[in-house]
Amino acid sequence: MKRPEPIQIVKQRRDAALAALIEGVPYIQFMGIGFERRGDELTGILHFDEKLIGNMMLPALHGGATAAFLEVTATITLSWAMIWDDLERGDLQDLTPQTLPRLPKTIDFTVDYLRAGLPRDAYARARINRKGRRYASVHVEGWQDNRDRLHAQATGHFLMPTRPTVGNG
Amino acid sequence: MRVIAGQCQPLPRSDVRRIHKPMDTTDEKSQRVRAFMEALPHCRALGLEMTEIGGGQAVMRMPYNPALVGDPATGVVAGGAVSALMDSCGGAAVMCHPKAVASTATLDLRIDYMRAATPGQAITTRAVCHHITRSVAFVRAEAFDDDASTPVAVANGAFTVEMQS
Repeated sequence: MKRPEPIQIVKQRRDAALAALIEGVPYIQFMGIGFERRGDELTGILHFDEKLIGNMMLPALHGGATAAFLEVTATITLSWAMIWDDLERGDLQDLTPQTLPRLPKTIDFTVDYLRAGLPRDAYARARINRKGRRYASVHVEGWQDNRDRLHAQATGHFLMPTRPTVGNG
Repeated sequence: MRVIAGQCQPLPRSDVRRIHKPMDTTDEKSQRVRAFMEALPHCRALGLEMTEIGGGQAVMRMPYNPALVGDPATGVVAGGAVSALMDSCGGAAVMCHPKAVASTATLDLRIDYMRAATPGQAITTRAVCHHITRSVAFVRAEAFDDDASTPVAVANGAFTVEMQS
């Protein structure tokens, strides 16, 4: 049996892959969205910024910004799940935004607004309900101060990118 | 969100345009909605411009901006930016409806992405508030780039309503 790799090497590889996935997308930078990773679990973070406001009287986050945040979280979580096995086998080396597989395309996305988005950071986690070769169905939950009080949730369908087979297996 | 069940059947593209009537863009309410929307920080960040407003309909335009690209390999604008455009335009359509006061919030929004928007082209959305009750407004919207024959995306939404007293 193969000896487990040192933890630093595993973490470095995973974090580099995640960074490459996110850094290549201008819109993710524009929105100020980041991701935290625990093993293979991702949590999206929408860092609050004045430019995300969509109601100045409350004030509240723009519904479109919330929708975009949930969609980005769904897309990145799906891409992450797509590359995870290859990444763990060590088949993906020197990942850059250019060498990564293409992102899944959104077919449809339905957002359910449960509460006004407060002018502070928001978090989101996506659950992949089904991932086939061509299509995927993903549910995303968004919250702010309290994990049990979602401010929005969404379901979307995605077209998976066709990808060349990686590695020698 | 049970209230919208069965209400949000997508209509053929032509229907939204058929509903289109000449707009009264001079009335006070429409001007208030225009000023409100164009002042919103997120709309400003996306560079949204309102080109028509009045009678429960709104048209908004989002110029192409490389910062909004969601697929670096193609330069196609992110779906999220299109969502924000359609949500804003839907909200504006509700607010300028004769039966609503100038305040609303999105309850639910479904967007179908039919094709990639052509890189370099602005995206224009027309939203129509086609039905309104004392508590809910129903909205349809379509988004186009320079090719007006097929929408880039279509949306159906339900918004909260505050009636004029």
